[in-house]
This record gives sequence, structure tokens and C-alpha cells, in this order.
Amino acid sequence: MRLQQQDQTANPIWKVIGASSVGTLIEWYDFYIFGSLAPIIAAQFFPQTNPTAALLATLATFAAGFIVRPFGALVFGRLGDLVGRKYTFLLTLILMGGSTFAIGLVPGYEKIGFAAPIIVLILRLVQGLALGGEYGGAATYVAEHAPAEKRGYYTSWIQTTATLGLLVSLGVILGTRSNLDANASVSVQKFEEWGWRIPFLLSIVLVGVSVYIRLRMKESPLFTEIKASGKISKNPLRESFVHRSNLKMVLLALFGMVMGQGVVWYTGQFYAQTFMENVCRIDFGQTRTILIWAIVLATPGFILFGWLSDRIGRKWIMLLGMFIAIISYRPIYKQMLAISNTKGMTADPAKGRVDRMILPAGNADYSLVNVSTISQFDNGITEKEVRKDTLFLSEKPTAKGKGKISKTLPSGLYWQMILLVFVQIMFVTMVYGPIAAFLVELFPTRIRYTSMSLPYHIGNGVFGGLTPFIALLLTTIRQDDPLVGLWYPIGVAAVCLVIGVLYVSNRIDPNVND
Amino acid sequence: MNTIKRLAGWIWMALAPFAVWLLASTAHQEIARNPTMDTRIQWTVFILVFIPIAFGLFLFGWFARKGEYDHLPESSAELPED
Repeated sequence: MRLQQQDQTANPIWKVIGASSVGTLIEWYDFYIFGSLAPIIAAQFFPQTNPTAALLATLATFAAGFIVRPFGALVFGRLGDLVGRKYTFLLTLILMGGSTFAIGLVPGYEKIGFAAPIIVLILRLVQGLALGGEYGGAATYVAEHAPAEKRGYYTSWIQTTATLGLLVSLGVILGTRSNLDANASVSVQKFEEWGWRIPFLLSIVLVGVSVYIRLRMKESPLFTEIKASGKISKNPLRESFVHRSNLKMVLLALFGMVMGQGVVWYTGQFYAQTFMENVCRIDFGQTRTILIWAIVLATPGFILFGWLSDRIGRKWIMLLGMFIAIISYRPIYKQMLAISNTKGMTADPAKGRVDRMILPAGNADYSLVNVSTISQFDNGITEKEVRKDTLFLSEKPTAKGKGKISKTLPSGLYWQMILLVFVQIMFVTMVYGPIAAFLVELFPTRIRYTSMSLPYHIGNGVFGGLTPFIALLLTTIRQDDPLVGLWYPIGVAAVCLVIGVLYVSNRIDPNVND
Repeated sequence: MNTIKRLAGWIWMALAPFAVWLLASTAHQEIARNPTMDTRIQWTVFILVFIPIAFGLFLFGWFARKGEYDHLPESSAELPED
């Protein structure tokens, strides 16, 4: 406590929070833009017509999220406990920013062939590695500056960064996509050709500012003290994961809290988006703005629950969030389906139309035809179905089969959808707001960075990151139930809830100086 | 409460091999259904990542059964140094 108070003059707490949060937010932004632009990146670097390039795409998607993140937690966690928090999370920021910027510069597959997907894969792996090392450093750095009675409140600012990073990435992508030309469709076309590079290139400016701010900060006072007194761990990995007394706490953190937090986080912020787009068939732009509104409205929840955790303890807030999520996911998603439903609705013939666009195929015998059928239903939803077909000279321009459907919700239903996503993000704020303080208090200073980073990235990267994939997989196995995918987050969160209730303590550690 | 914690240890120990069996059998079915390189890579990554996690869950159950969670450490003084 004395050390933290002394440090207030050198590193005022808001400066510490600002420097840590901005950098972490940028790292999340960098990580998400790759995911959000995955289809465009795949077209540029990983053409599906080439099996090897498609293989590299799969590796880039799965390896970066599931293998490299926990590995980064080990590498940088160890470094952070040996060298210090400040230089380690500075290094992760530079690696993340540098690799993101470089992705924006890599020439496409058409220009440099196989070198393109290989370079992008390597850069994506560096991104995953850097992300694995960043969070633990930022959370530890802020917590080690914060007084005990405000640790939850101050670290909750770090907790907003993952969600705000997603928000900024969505905003930059939507903004760039719609502002490259006065004509909206030309703008989208330009974005897919070269404009997608802008969000990547922009990263270097953001990272430059953040590195400048972080360079001016001092090392964590607690780490400085244990370093001066020679109490630094000689082998943080061994001490964290081989010593039974600490290993049992790492396992408790993972299975009793972070595993459930991870699936609630990814369900509220990623599966909700996938569900709206692929199951409810809501328009691309509208799903993004729904998520943006919900995030903006719910973000103060992180601070609220972080602050509350200083008063009533961390455990029950997080477990309550998990419990409400478990019992309400199915009703919420059922309502999302009901809101976007057009089956059994009557289409107004006066407001419907069919647009046909014939695309020349360079052949005298046939052309390609794009048929868009637009219908407006009595609940106000506008549905656009686009079908493509080959048009032979002897036929009328019609397209058969089921096309790609996208629905645009009217204002009332749009806001109802925002409310349903907002509620899910409030669950996220309950489970995620206090978790940095919870993890920091679980481990001693000399191995804190290593010990808290690994369960965090397994819980979020593996359990959480798999949510959209496993949910989709369950939907292909049980095609009659569109909500079947929810059993994965519900199941994982339920096991975690039982373990958390039984084994986790609600005690707030008054002293993290040890 | 400590008795419940210890008894529940058996559940976590049983859940770990069950989860691995479930994952392996689903992987087998999915690869048989769609035997492409993409599917093989995805499932290989999942199995490689989840086996150590399942081992961790087993170990967690083992610790719980042994009463390691009857009392959680309140200070680093309770932890041995390297």
C-alpha cells in the first residue's frame, strides 16, 4: 500500500490506466480486424481454388486463436515476471502493431504467389503470440498501482478494452467501407479491392502513439520492489505450473471462473453477431450497427461491476452473471428468431419488386443472371433474396433455387434486437468486469504475469474462441433446432458455475504486495 | 462443505476422460462425413489443444479429492519459493 501511494506522484493512476488501456485496446483492434475482414483477406491471400492456400487459411484461423495465444501467454508471462511488466507489454504492443501494419502491405496472391499466404500466416501467428502476452501485463500493471479498495474499479477500465477494441474495429471497417466513393456500391467494391488495407495501415499510427505514452511510464512499484530485494522468481514457468500449491490455483482460475467467462463473452459479442447474420439472416450492415449500439450502451457495465466488486467481492457478481446467462440464453435467442421471422407473414405486393441484372459471360450462348426479389412483410421487415443462375438464349431471365437472403429490420424491431444483444453484453460486463482484479489477487507478485495469463488465454482463446465454431457445428448435427448451438456455452458455463460456487473464495485480498 | 468439495472431485476426474472421448468420437464422425484436409486440421488442432486441458481438469478433480481446496492460500507466505 505504501509503495502504491508513493508511486502515485510518479505514475498518477489515471495516467497508468490510460497508458495501459489505450495500448490494450489497440491490440484488440488489431486482432479483430483480421477476423472481421477474414472473407476479404481469404480472397486476397488464400484463394479457395488452390488447396494449399486454403489450407494455410485454416491454419491462420485456428492456430492463431487456439494454440499461439496460450503459448504467447507463457512466453511473455515468463518475460514479464523476469524482466518486468512495462518492457514486456511494450514489446507485445510493438509486435502486434508491426505485424498488423505489415499485413496491410503484403501484396496479394496474384502478385507474389505462395509467398503471400505464407507471410500473412506468419504475421497472424505473431499477432496471436503478442495478444497472449498483452492482457496479463496490462492488468497486472494497473492492479499493482491500484489501492486495495479500488482495485476492481481501476482494473475494470482495462476490461473495457476488449469490447471497445471490437467496437473501434467495427467502426473503422464500416466507416472505410462506406466512404471510399460517393456511390455506395462502388465504395464497397473499392474497399474489397484495396480499401481493406486502410484499417491495417492505420494501426501503425495508433501503436506509435501508444508506444510513446507507455515509454514515459515507470515500472510497476511492486515489481520494482521485489526486483530490488532479489525476490524475483528464477523460473516463473516452473513455479507457476509445477509447484502444486500454485498449479492448483491456476486450475481453479481456469475451471472455476475464466472458462465460463470466456464462453459468456464470446456468445454475447460474437455468436450473437453470427446468429443474427446466418440464422436470422439480417443484413450485414445492420448486424454491425446493432452490435455497435449494444456495446456502446453496455460498456459502462464493466466499470459498474468492477466498482461493485470492491464492495461485495468478485465471486458472486461473476457467478451471478454466468447463472443469468445460462438460464436466459435460450429465451433471448428464441426472441431474436421471432423478431426476424417472416414465415407465415404476408408480403405487400405493392411494395415488392424483382430486379434482374444480366452479366455478360463472354459467350454468345449464355449469360449470368442476378435476380433480386425484394419483399416487404406486414411486420415491416424488408427481405431481399439474391439468386444467380446461367441464362441460356432460349430462356426467360429467371433464376431457380434458393438464393442468399438478407433482411432489413424496421426501426421498432431493430431496437428490440439491440436490446436483446445489449442484455447479453450486460452478462459479459458482469463476468468480465471484475475478473482482472480476481486473477491478480489469486497469484503472488513474483509469478503473477505468468500465472494469470495462461488460464485467461485458455479460457478466452480456447473455450470462448471456439463458441461460434462449435455452435455452428451443433447446428449442422441437429438441423431441426436453430438454438441447438447454445448448448455449448450453456454447458461450459454450467460446469464452471458449479466449480466456482463450490471452490472459489469471495475474499478480496487486501495485500497484493506479496 | 469440504466433504462436498472432495466428493465432487470424482465428478471432475470422470468428466475429463468423458470429454476427450466425446471430442475424439465427434472428430471421427466429422472427418468421416467430410474427409477434407480442412476438417482434419481443425479437429487435430482441437484434440491437441483439449487433451492437456482435459488432463488439467482431471488434475483439478484429483486435487479436490485430496482436499487441496479445503483451504485456499491467503498469502504468498503459504506458497513455497523456487
